Amino acid sequence: MSSDSSADGKFGEYGGQYVPEALMPAIEELRDAYERYVLENEDGFVDEFRQRLGQFGGRPTPLQHAEHLSARYDREVYLKREDLVHGGAHKLNNALGQVLLAKYMGKERIVAETGAGQHGTATAMAAAHLDMPCEIYMGETDIQRQRPNVFRMRINGADLNPVTAGRGTLKEAISETMRDWATNVDDTHYVVGSVVGPAPFPEMVREFQSVISEEVRKQAKEQFGTLPDSVVACAGGGSNTMGAFAEFVDSEARSASGRSSGRSPREDDEDVSLLAVEAGGSSLAVDEEEGVAPNSASLSTGGQGVLHGARTKVLQDEWGQIVESHSVSAGLDYAGVGPELAYLVDEDRVSAVNVGDDAALEAFHRLSQEEGIIPALESSHALAYVEKVLGPERSAATGAADADAEVDDEAAELLGDRIVINLSGRGDKDLETVIEETDKRDIPNAPDMSEFAGGL
Amino acid sequence: MSRLPSAFGSEPAFIPYLAVGDPDIPSSKQYVEALVEGGADCIELGLPFSEPIAEGPTIQKAVVRSLSGGITPDAYFEFVDDLDVDVPLVCMTYYNLIFRYGAESGTAAGEGDYAAPGPRPFVKRAAEVGIDGFVVPDLPAEEADDLREACDEFGLDLVFIVAPTTTDDRLETIREQVSGYVYVQARLGVTGAQADVSDQTAESLARIADWDVPKAVGFGISSGDHAARVVEAGADGIIVGSALVDIVADGVENDRPTAEVADALREKARELKEGALRSAKRSPETDGR
Ligand SMILES: Cc1ncc(COP(=O)(O)O)c(C=O)c1O
Repeated sequence: MSSDSSADGKFGEYGGQYVPEALMPAIEELRDAYERYVLENEDGFVDEFRQRLGQFGGRPTPLQHAEHLSARYDREVYLKREDLVHGGAHKLNNALGQVLLAKYMGKERIVAETGAGQHGTATAMAAAHLDMPCEIYMGETDIQRQRPNVFRMRINGADLNPVTAGRGTLKEAISETMRDWATNVDDTHYVVGSVVGPAPFPEMVREFQSVISEEVRKQAKEQFGTLPDSVVACAGGGSNTMGAFAEFVDSEARSASGRSSGRSPREDDEDVSLLAVEAGGSSLAVDEEEGVAPNSASLSTGGQGVLHGARTKVLQDEWGQIVESHSVSAGLDYAGVGPELAYLVDEDRVSAVNVGDDAALEAFHRLSQEEGIIPALESSHALAYVEKVLGPERSAATGAADADAEVDDEAAELLGDRIVINLSGRGDKDLETVIEETDKRDIPNAPDMSEFAGGL
Repeated sequence: MSRLPSAFGSEPAFIPYLAVGDPDIPSSKQYVEALVEGGADCIELGLPFSEPIAEGPTIQKAVVRSLSGGITPDAYFEFVDDLDVDVPLVCMTYYNLIFRYGAESGTAAGEGDYAAPGPRPFVKRAAEVGIDGFVVPDLPAEEADDLREACDEFGLDLVFIVAPTTTDDRLETIREQVSGYVYVQARLGVTGAQADVSDQTAESLARIADWDVPKAVGFGISSGDHAARVVEAGADGIIVGSALVDIVADGVENDRPTAEVADALREKARELKEGALRSAKRSPETDGR
C-alpha cells in the first residue's frame, strides 16, 4: 500500500494515524485486509461474518415497541434490543468481525482492551468461538466494578492483564494494549473495542456495527412504514452510536468521513434526527488544576486533541494533558470519542447531549420496572435523555424558566413522534454498581436497596 | 538554527534521555549536567505526556513522577532556557502537547472554542529557549506535515523513528521527512533497558546505510558493551533512556541525595560513551559517514 492511504482515514480534520512507527506497517496491512475482506467480500468474508453473527450472535435483534414508555411520553418509543445479542451487548458485532478478520489475515493471537468488560467479554467469546488465543487488558478500577465480566472472560479462556497505571480505567487499558501490540505486532491483532484509535479502526468498527441501523431501517419500514424521527444512542467511544446512526447519515456527509461499502445517498436520510448521549457524570465542569473531569462528555465539552491514534475531541487540561474522566457507567468512562462522531457533531448532523449519573440510575430502574428489561448503565443514559426531554417532571417544570422551556421544546421536537432508543446492552453486569450507587443517593423510583446490604 | 549536526563529529555520538522534572526540576538540572560531564554529545529532554503509549514501565513511572512534580510545557521551556550546557538539545514528547500549546483551555467548556492552536506556537517557543529538534513517537511521517513546516520555519530538526517493521515504501517517506538524525529503533516493543542488544539492529542499519543523515540507535541499550556492539554494527550514535532513568528511579526509591544520583549518572554516561568509542576505534571502517 502506498503511504498516501492515510488521506481517506480522515473525517474532515478528525481521525488519522497518530501511532508509533512500529505499528504503521500493521495498520497498513489491516487497512488492506479491511478493504479486501470487509468492503469487497474477498473469500466470502462478509458472508461468513453475517452467517456467524446470525447463528452465534443471535441477530437480527428485535426493534421492540416499548408500550409503557410510549404511554409515559405520549410518543411511539421503540427499543433496538442489542441487549439480546449474544453476550449482552452490541460489542459482539465488532468483536466477531475483527477476530474473524484476524483469522483471515493469518494472525495467531488476539489482544483487546476493555472498560466495562463488555468488549473484553465479547472478544473472549469470539476468540473461543473461532479458536484464537486471547489476552485482555483491563484497568484495576474497572476490574473492581465489573466483576461478573471478569469471570466471564476467564471462563471463556481469555487471559486477563490488570492495568494499574493512572486511575486504572479504559484510557490506561487502551495505552497498555497498544504497547502489547507494538511489541507483538507480527502475529497479533489488536481488536479495538470502539470507533476510536488510528485509521482504519474507526471506519472498520463502524462498518461492523452498522448492522444495527441496517436492521432498524428495515424493521421500521416493516413495522410502521416509514423511518423513525429520531435515533438516540449513548456514546462512550461511540460504536453503538455510529452503528445505530450509520445508515441514516447520507453519503454526502459521509464522503469526507471515510468510505462506506457502496451505499448511495437516500432522500430520507436527513429526516432522522441523531442524538448521541454522553455521560454528564456528576458535573460538566473540568477541573484543569486537578486534572479530572467528573464526566465523560468529550463531544459536548472536549477540545480538539490527539489521543490513542486519532485526532478527535478529548477531555484535557490547558496544556493538552489528558484528564481523568468519570461516569457511573464504566463503558462510557473515557476521555476521548470516535473521530467520525466528532466530525458529525461539528457538521450538525449529530446532536451531542448528555445526562448525569443520577438520571441514568433513575432510567435504569424505570426500564427494569416498567418494561421488564434491565438495561446496561451505558444504555440507561440514552433512556435518561428521552426522560429528561419528554418525562412528566419536565412537563411540570415548564413555565418556570422560559428560555429553558424553549430549548426543551426544541429538544422535544427533535425527538419527534417515533423514537428509536438503542438499547446497547443489558444490565446484569451492573447490578453490583447499581446497588451501591443507588444506596448512596436519593433515587426516587428505586426499590429499597437495604435488602441487598453486603452486595450480591 | 539547529546545532544537531555538531553532535555527530568524527566520533560516535552518545545521546542520553531523561524526563525533565523527574523527580523535580532542580534535580533534573543537575542530572542533565552530569550527563554532559559524562560525555553526552546531545540530550533528549523528555516532556512528559499523560498517555506515553510508546514507553515501557521505567519511563512510564518517570512520567508519573515528573507530572506529579508539576511539570508543564512552560516549566519545561523555562528549564531548557536556564540550562547551561553546550550540547544540542532534542525535545522528546507526544503530539498532543505540541498541538495544544498556547490554547487558553483544554475544553470547549461551553464557549465553543475547541480548536487547537497547532504546532507553530510550541515550535516557536522551543526555538526561543534553544531546542534544536524534536522526536515525537506518536507522530508518523504521514501526519507530520504541519510540524515539519513549523520546524522548517524556525530552523529546527525533526527526527523520525525507523522500526524493525518499517517497510521499504515507508522508509522512502521517512527519508524525505527526516532531519537531524534518524532514530533506529533497535527492537520491537516499548522503551526499556534490555539485557542484550538485538540482532535486528544491524539489519535495520544496513537498510538505511546510504542515507545522508546520521543514524542513532535506541531502545534497550543499557551497557558500554551494548554501545560498543551497536556502533560496530554501523551506528553513528547511541540513544540511552531507560538505563539512566533506572538510576533516577533508584535514587527516588532509596531516598538518595541528588549529588549521589548525579554521580551515578555521570559514571554510567562514561561507561556508555567509552563503550561507543571503544568500538569506533577498533573498527573505523564501519564508521558509515
Ligand atoms: C452496553 C454498552 N453500551 C455502550 C458502551 C459504550 O461503548 P460505545 O460508545 O463504543 O458504544 C459500552 C461499552 O462498554 C457498553 O458495554
